[in-house]
Amino acid sequence: MSFMQINDLKVHYPIRGGFFNRVIDQVHAVDGITMEFERGKAYGLVGESGCGKSTTGKAIIGLEKISGGSIFYEGENVTNKRRSRKSAFSRDVQMIFQDAHSSLNPRKRVKDIIAEPIRNFLKLSPQEEERKISELLDIVGMPDDAKFKYPHEFSGGQKQRLGIARAIATNPKLIIADEPVSALDLSVQAQVLNFMKDIQNEFGISYLFISHDLGVVKHMCDHISIMYKGRFVESGTKGDIYHNPQHIYTKRLLSAIPEVTPVGREQRKRERIQVEQHYQVEHKNYFDENERVFDLVPVSSTHFVAATSQVKEVM
Amino acid sequence: MKTDELLKINDLHTGFRIKDTFYDAVDGVSLTLRKNEILAIVGESGCGKSTLATSIIGLYDQNKTRVQGEILFDQKNLAALSEEEMNGIRGLQISMIFQDPLSALNPLMRIGEQIEEGLIYHTDLTSEARQARVLELLKQVGIKNPERVARQFPHQLSGGMRQRVIIAIAISCKPQIIIADEPTTALDVTIQAQILDLLIDLQAETEAGIILITHDLGVVAEVADRVAVMYAGEIIEEAPVNELFTNPKHPYTRSLFNSIPQMNSESERLNVIEGIVPSLMNLPRSGCRFSQRIPWIPKEAHEEHPALHEISPGHFVRCTCWKEFHFKTDKGGGTYELHANK
Repeated sequence: MSFMQINDLKVHYPIRGGFFNRVIDQVHAVDGITMEFERGKAYGLVGESGCGKSTTGKAIIGLEKISGGSIFYEGENVTNKRRSRKSAFSRDVQMIFQDAHSSLNPRKRVKDIIAEPIRNFLKLSPQEEERKISELLDIVGMPDDAKFKYPHEFSGGQKQRLGIARAIATNPKLIIADEPVSALDLSVQAQVLNFMKDIQNEFGISYLFISHDLGVVKHMCDHISIMYKGRFVESGTKGDIYHNPQHIYTKRLLSAIPEVTPVGREQRKRERIQVEQHYQVEHKNYFDENERVFDLVPVSSTHFVAATSQVKEVM
Repeated sequence: MKTDELLKINDLHTGFRIKDTFYDAVDGVSLTLRKNEILAIVGESGCGKSTLATSIIGLYDQNKTRVQGEILFDQKNLAALSEEEMNGIRGLQISMIFQDPLSALNPLMRIGEQIEEGLIYHTDLTSEARQARVLELLKQVGIKNPERVARQFPHQLSGGMRQRVIIAIAISCKPQIIIADEPTTALDVTIQAQILDLLIDLQAETEAGIILITHDLGVVAEVADRVAVMYAGEIIEEAPVNELFTNPKHPYTRSLFNSIPQMNSESERLNVIEGIVPSLMNLPRSGCRFSQRIPWIPKEAHEEHPALHEISPGHFVRCTCWKEFHFKTDKGGGTYELHANK
């Protein structure tokens, strides 16, 4: 059973202009997406830059004003609720940011950075708090003396681990990870990903993993949604998306990913060009006249794909 | 130099000055670029791959940088040329494609004018001939309506279009060597695929030699002919692309391969390389530079002065530690071997 439901979430930005700076149009950054989160599962949100995947993450945690739709957390409507110290939702949903460096306050010691969510949400005595911080540093594999250091004294991978320590301080149920490893080198990326998997297994955390890197998403996630212009084009289990992609956009995205073997690369290039041509020709059948993706229709119990115009007419 | 060799680098040292001491970021690199080949240089951030590129093309601060060694091109040593002499080569015979296309373009100049700049400097074409060449170049890099794009400003174009413009500028004078420093890192995968395909097609047409600098092994696998892997300022392995991907030898190369979240494997854990890349000032200047990251390999396995050994035709590996190397199994499930070492 899912503990959190998102129904028809919309985030629209106003475009102002003309006389008196009135709202003259809207940007549909997120335009009607529906998701459910179950315990201990990892959900991937994939798309090209500007497709609205980060906005979705921010809207869920409340950093972005929701224009339509609703979010239910354990039966409670938390749409556009202010983040407060009393709310279970604010405590149980945490975020890891892409740029670890700019997400840590340079003027605070590690101790105070990690203590922030603890002070906000858990009522602990100073000794308990101290113990909790040591425990958290131990979980993310950092030495205890890191407490008294400042963020600039750490490397990129270590900073990202501090960000994770802060996110798991309140024993959250869902962590929204917005491109958590995009800025890291391959070997450091491996370290952070392994570690995120470990704490997932240990604490039963769910992830909303936002990334443009399909390799990373495949490694981490059970369930993947592909996003384009604020809407889902396809959503399903890892197997559904990678072995049985239905939508032309998904196929195009998958064909563009470089494989880590030079064997058969000419063949792949030919296929890629073929898919691209197919995409140009078939484009109008998959998107309406405003480039909007059609609504999702089920293919199987787990696999949903945006309809094509032919299907639309039959319906 | 042999006839098919375009560029030959001999024992290049590029150092940066920090408090009156020069620290070599590129430390004794020797490389050869042949005609009509794509040579990929891979490595993690801080390994010196971009420094190598800027040393070749001479884009460094003369006051803070020291370049020693030879960069032989067209019977000249680029490392010893004056700024004026380099200006005659840059853009004409050797050109560069940068990582971030927006900051590489002048925001106040129209696209057409920016492409024309190199032509004005290096050729004596008439104004009309230059205009025609600009349109031809834009068409060549796959821009559908060149007349319109030539009149536009950089901010009006998408990331992929901007990178195409950068490539058009780079090939405008038909250079013999193109240095591409992370040309697709800032782009989405679909655009990345298009730009890489474009690079391959252009190379087939122009027969230029391309030095491709990247950290993405997937990109290397898709386009490179030969690969050099760099670690801490040195080349630690060099091989033709098929050989490197099927038969990597150096512990660093093999560790890197095992850190990739594979599209096709379902393995739970990724390989982690112990420790961190040493910073420029703390680089171990003697012995095997990778030895700190594989402490479970006995000291005797390393050479005292690690050299590049040719273990099969065209396949070079530094140090002898690869013979003894095995992965340290992790406590949580162990690492998996992507390429079994036979």
